[in-house]
Amino acid sequence: MTPMLATVVPARLVHLSPIDIAIVVFYFALVLSIGWYLRGRAKTGEDFFMAGREMTAWVAGLSFLSANLGALELMGWAGSAYQYGILATHWYWIGAIPAMLFLALVMMPFYYISKTHSVPGYLKLRFGEPSRALSAVSFAFMTVLMSGVNMFAMAKVMQIVLGWDINFSIWVSSLTVAIYVTLGGLRSAIFNEVLQFFLIWAGALLIPILGLYEAGGWTNLKVLIAQRASEQYVHLWSGLGSFTTNPMGIHWTGIVFGLGAIISMGYWTTDFLVVQRILAAKDIRSAEMAPIIGAGFKMMVPFIVILPGLLGLAVLPEKLVPESVAAVTGGHSYNDVLPLMLARYCGPGLLGLGVTALIAGFMSGMAGNVSAFTTVWTYDIYRPFINSKGSDHHYVNMGRWTTIIGVLISVGTAYLVMQFASIMDYVQALFSFFIAPLFGTVVLGMLWKRATGPGGFWGLLCGTLSSISMWTWVKLDPSALRYVALSSNAKGLAQDMYQALWSFVVCVTVTVVVSLATKPIADSQLTGLVYGLTEIPAVGDVPLYQKPLFWAAVVVVVFFILNIIFW
Amino acid sequence: MVSIWFFIGISLAVNGALILAAGIYQLIDPPVNPGIVLFQLHANVWWGAALLVFGLIYCFKFAPKRQS
Repeated sequence: MTPMLATVVPARLVHLSPIDIAIVVFYFALVLSIGWYLRGRAKTGEDFFMAGREMTAWVAGLSFLSANLGALELMGWAGSAYQYGILATHWYWIGAIPAMLFLALVMMPFYYISKTHSVPGYLKLRFGEPSRALSAVSFAFMTVLMSGVNMFAMAKVMQIVLGWDINFSIWVSSLTVAIYVTLGGLRSAIFNEVLQFFLIWAGALLIPILGLYEAGGWTNLKVLIAQRASEQYVHLWSGLGSFTTNPMGIHWTGIVFGLGAIISMGYWTTDFLVVQRILAAKDIRSAEMAPIIGAGFKMMVPFIVILPGLLGLAVLPEKLVPESVAAVTGGHSYNDVLPLMLARYCGPGLLGLGVTALIAGFMSGMAGNVSAFTTVWTYDIYRPFINSKGSDHHYVNMGRWTTIIGVLISVGTAYLVMQFASIMDYVQALFSFFIAPLFGTVVLGMLWKRATGPGGFWGLLCGTLSSISMWTWVKLDPSALRYVALSSNAKGLAQDMYQALWSFVVCVTVTVVVSLATKPIADSQLTGLVYGLTEIPAVGDVPLYQKPLFWAAVVVVVFFILNIIFW
Repeated sequence: MVSIWFFIGISLAVNGALILAAGIYQLIDPPVNPGIVLFQLHANVWWGAALLVFGLIYCFKFAPKRQS
């Protein structure tokens, strides 16, 4: 879900004053203190891997959102807004809100009632060991590699923005994450993610406020953008009737069915990195409210990500260029727009807070990857396949060691990417192979009781292989994009949308066909796992304003209003 | 257990105090070349003050003694 970031252009964008450095140092001291404080509350498996399942809806919801709100996400999408205009907002609205609400109201009850530790754990309960093994191994492998890729990208950003040495950035940040996650487990990761959420808003909110002041308000901003780029840069939907009438080269069917119905559903409902935060909720109402709270704030994120990109388009004196051009000319690329806007408005102190927000975003993203990897490795790979007779204490120790090893593998991946930059593209593509088919498998498992173990396994495998095949086909023959994305005018992002859509269709088709050809699972074995055979517990006798359904309806109304306003 | 909101209060209050201090220093002794746009709005003064107040409210409301 994150656009690629700079890999070259070593030119420092900002200079930190002593007070800025004091703010950065204070952040590191605080996160280590939180980890140290929580070390005594991570003694059992439930504590270390599931944060004791005692998080409130607000803590779980903000953590759920923060796990996705990394620094690369912020800078990458601000750059995309500069490049493609307000269309980038689709990844925050239709590309997130319906999926978050679907998770809250439809899927979360099954995750929560089954008391699973992970998404692969649910697949074990629903489809059996082969499906769990396939998803656990692929998730663990990809998560730790993604963590390394993000680590390298962030170190590169720190070099470009602050002039910091890459080795310094990699080792200081990874050791800090290793210490606080090893000490406090998932609880420590969640606490720091909530802290990061506040730091990001405190550090980034000034940019749109001052930017709109400088531009003369939203109406004047639209005029400036129309003069410097195109009127289509400020419309969400009106240019999506054709591949050629919008800056992104995408059709509305790709956005609605590829992004909204498949990719975002896959990411927000089955990527264990984010789902793990909700599984730590203290009760079913909190587990349902958490994604809804996350959705409410997710709708506001474009204000601190997309708007700065649009403002950059209107007020920055220089024209930003693609990475490849910037690497040759030494100019600034699209992805530099957020740091450039930060440097434009933020003096001593504020600059330190903005930089801290970026560092916090990176570190909490890495902690999220590492804590999810640790849980999946320990519960879904080590315990079932290597040592099933260990004590709870043994598995907690395994979790602590896995945290350290996971960080070291990430560091190794970061150095590998430093040597072979093209690996970055492959790793990001690999991660996307599993998301859409996994959603097909999980959602059929929850909603269709006739789905069988072999059906789930072969559907997941064939869906994943179809995704890999399409990607390889386009890689070998770029003209094949016209078949995958249904148009010769389609661009790169359109490929992701349609590739996800087709792999989902393959997964569902194979699952249905194989399931119908194999012996059904007895209803008694599906209780608590499938819709129709599971009694969903009520959220309790609470007033209307505390009911998840009420707040989901509020979010839906605001979602439609926003899309109409920026149509 | 100390509430997460207390840690957030500490973070916002300390950051707010540092930013406010930097802002007041620049207000008293303005730099010849501030190097930023809209310097005349002195954003670090009011933004730092807002973070400080917000942070102190959280620190007070979620202080360990009050919570226990």
